[in-house]
Amino acid sequence: MLDFLSQERALIAAFIIFALFISLGVSIYVGVKQSALRAKDEVFGDPERTKGGWYWALCGISALLLIWFYFSWGIGRAYFPDAGNEMCQSAKIDEAISPITAALPMKSRYYKSTTLVVRNVEQLADIEARLPVDAFSTAEQRRLLTVIDQTRTIISAFSNPENQNPESFASLERIAVDLDRVTAQINAGYQGMQPSAKALSQPKWGVAEEEIPLLPMTAKGVLFDLAAGEIKEISKAFLKLRNKSDEADQLIIQTKADIAGLKEAIRQSTGDDRIDKLRAAYVKSVERIYKRVDDGTIFPADALNTVNASVTQLYQAVESAKGSLSFVETVFFPGQGVVKSKTICSEQGPGRWLPKPTDVVATFGKLANPDIESGGGYKGTTLLWWKWLPVADVVAFLIPDGLVDMLPGDYARHQSDGSFVPNYKDKLLAVAQGNIWLGSIPMLDGHIWDSLFRVIVAMGFGILLGVPLGIYMGVSRFFKSFFDPLIELYRPVPPLAWAPLILTIFGIQDDGKIFLLFMVAFAIMVISARTGASGTQLSKIRASHSLGATDRQILRYVILPNAMPEILTGIRIAIGVCWGTLVAAEMLAGTTGVGFIENVARTVSDYELIWVTILIMGVLGLIFDLVMRWVISKTIPWRGKG
Amino acid sequence: MSDLICDNLCMTFTNPQTGGAVEALKDVSFTLKEGELLSVLGPSGCGKTTLLNMVAGFINPTGGSVALGDKTIEGPGVERGMVFQQGALFEWLPVTKNVDFGLRMKKMDEDEAEALVLKWLDIVGLQGFGDTPTYQLSGGMQQRVALARCLVNDPDVILMDEPLGALDALTREKMQSLILELWKETGKTIMIITHSVEEALLLGERLFVMAPRPGRIHKEYKLPFAELGLSESLREIKKLPDFNSVREEILTMIWDMEEEIMGGA
Repeated sequence: MLDFLSQERALIAAFIIFALFISLGVSIYVGVKQSALRAKDEVFGDPERTKGGWYWALCGISALLLIWFYFSWGIGRAYFPDAGNEMCQSAKIDEAISPITAALPMKSRYYKSTTLVVRNVEQLADIEARLPVDAFSTAEQRRLLTVIDQTRTIISAFSNPENQNPESFASLERIAVDLDRVTAQINAGYQGMQPSAKALSQPKWGVAEEEIPLLPMTAKGVLFDLAAGEIKEISKAFLKLRNKSDEADQLIIQTKADIAGLKEAIRQSTGDDRIDKLRAAYVKSVERIYKRVDDGTIFPADALNTVNASVTQLYQAVESAKGSLSFVETVFFPGQGVVKSKTICSEQGPGRWLPKPTDVVATFGKLANPDIESGGGYKGTTLLWWKWLPVADVVAFLIPDGLVDMLPGDYARHQSDGSFVPNYKDKLLAVAQGNIWLGSIPMLDGHIWDSLFRVIVAMGFGILLGVPLGIYMGVSRFFKSFFDPLIELYRPVPPLAWAPLILTIFGIQDDGKIFLLFMVAFAIMVISARTGASGTQLSKIRASHSLGATDRQILRYVILPNAMPEILTGIRIAIGVCWGTLVAAEMLAGTTGVGFIENVARTVSDYELIWVTILIMGVLGLIFDLVMRWVISKTIPWRGKG
Repeated sequence: MSDLICDNLCMTFTNPQTGGAVEALKDVSFTLKEGELLSVLGPSGCGKTTLLNMVAGFINPTGGSVALGDKTIEGPGVERGMVFQQGALFEWLPVTKNVDFGLRMKKMDEDEAEALVLKWLDIVGLQGFGDTPTYQLSGGMQQRVALARCLVNDPDVILMDEPLGALDALTREKMQSLILELWKETGKTIMIITHSVEEALLLGERLFVMAPRPGRIHKEYKLPFAELGLSESLREIKKLPDFNSVREEILTMIWDMEEEIMGGA
């Protein structure tokens, strides 16, 4: 069943998108009608005007989901499931022809030759101006200037169409003719072309590890695939092409010899290390420019005209062969389309980093599957499940081994017959180390539980220690003045700034993260409890004194309940901050937790998983807050009414 | 015999920043006999609340002493009950828990305490409101809770700091009657601070008009209206010529004091 759903995700998405459009339409219709109906209900600015409005909520959610579907290419994939494969085939043509287009002004404004000429002439002028006169003798300087000048002449020789020899001229023509042949093929259309059985058996778009099926699955795709194969060969030939010119060849031989001579000269030391280095560096930089122009990659400006025209025609042919695909690509696949590189076709733009909603759900489903053997969970841990937890482990966690060490007596030694009889300390040590079977209890398990557990434990300690301290700081001059500087100094430090230190001290296991979160929770709890305690109305304190309450009773029965609203608000804030810190801390180190999943997903660019973790964090954060809001409304209904 | 005796009470507040000293009270002496009803009136800043706070034991005088019977007052005590302007109720507790607060603090037997609480809720007119959260009560009812909370502890003296200041006129009149009733029924010594001349006249067997700079008792009256109020309607009393003439006299007195402060400032 799940497998079927996963296979047919494009179809399912099509239905969902249809439903979303309907709900968007209906909600806007209802909303507009309601607005007209209720326009005169209240004056503008009356808070009553914000009450209700489920239709706008529905409208917002539908719009958001539709935008998500659209930009993640979800709409495109749902209604044009073959488009991706066809775009992949046309991307193959792009990839195949890219060596040729790189030399032409189509993609980069200038001919590659023009760019080369401009850059190298500029650099020659620059290097000429920077000739270090104190490092070279007058004769050497003259030789260097000659080399620079000759290099310049080589550039101009290559640029002159009259120097171009017939052989290289003919090869360029051949490329153009070959390209035209492919163009004719494409123009002939794809009637009768058949995708191979192997291609048709490929997994659907987005279902397998490989995003877009590579082999052509439609007749149109087959045509593009074939064309791409031929163009690839033409490109290979083009890359081997060199501008041949006798004029330039002469100069190249000459300059090469000159440079060799100069290199010989600088090999002799002048006795000054600095000067030696300067000479070597300068000659090297002259040679570098020469080497850029000596291989015949500069063509006369008009030499590539025919190739350029052929490529343009080819693209036109591809465009017209694409037909409706062009339109679909522009409208439904925002971004840079499909790009083929080496062995895969991948989505570029938002389609890449914004996974389709259905894919996110599928990834979540895989993650939430508690059966690790069948590929569920993540890195050997479930997302949220339960397990049997040995009680001994809990006991061992609570009793430090050192406590047993402190008991009187020594641990037992082995006997003379080689046997070992444990005494009472050994037995207690076994308990403290968890080496004893005490039964087991069902316990939650999984990445989410690990994250929750850390927050809960840290919050527990934070509340248990922070609230009493905060209350005392609210009522005692000593406590306030003694602890205030300490807490105010460490509190403003961003929690993650402590992370490296704390992870070093406590290690990457739970204790470090819990301590980090504890620090966050503690400061917030102290401050909120203190605010609550010191905000107790003086008349209430006086009234309780007059009613015969002792100091301790006032603390327990007046100041503590009076501080409850602040304490609970503090807990709410602290949970939020802890949650944020935890996820970031889990990204630094650790082997479980929601932040850990995202961290691994990040390193392998698994955008679906990244979004799943983001959504999990968002939803859990929301749940925390809702629970706290509910607790607050239930436990302190008097809030703000005292 | 537990008379309230104030002997040459002085209170000087020192401003820690400027070092300047303000004499909030100077040489205030009076004796309030058991069962007397005293109202204290005066322009703002005359030290009437300071006087009350010292009697309650919330602040210690810088000179002189307060004693209840033969015991010098050194701090707040359960024998001097307080009623504050805003009630100062514990809003996290329902009415009964507010009323029995003092009893719970001294760990009285629960059944006994419950009977007492019911009795007092009945007296102040709050029967049936025991489980209501106090923040849901009106201002007048909150003050009734505050009265019950104070009286359930059976104090010797009841100190009221502008207890009806925040109430509307109608509720105020009802509460004034209630205070008079309670005074009669319990025979407690009551000291009321107020800024309403009418209220001071109605709720004072004795009335101190205080004057500022330094705070002192400017004039003392002995009035019949509280006694009258036990049998007659307060509205009728307010129409008496005697009542009106004293009211005019005191109003003029306070008016002049205010003028003097404004002129002197």
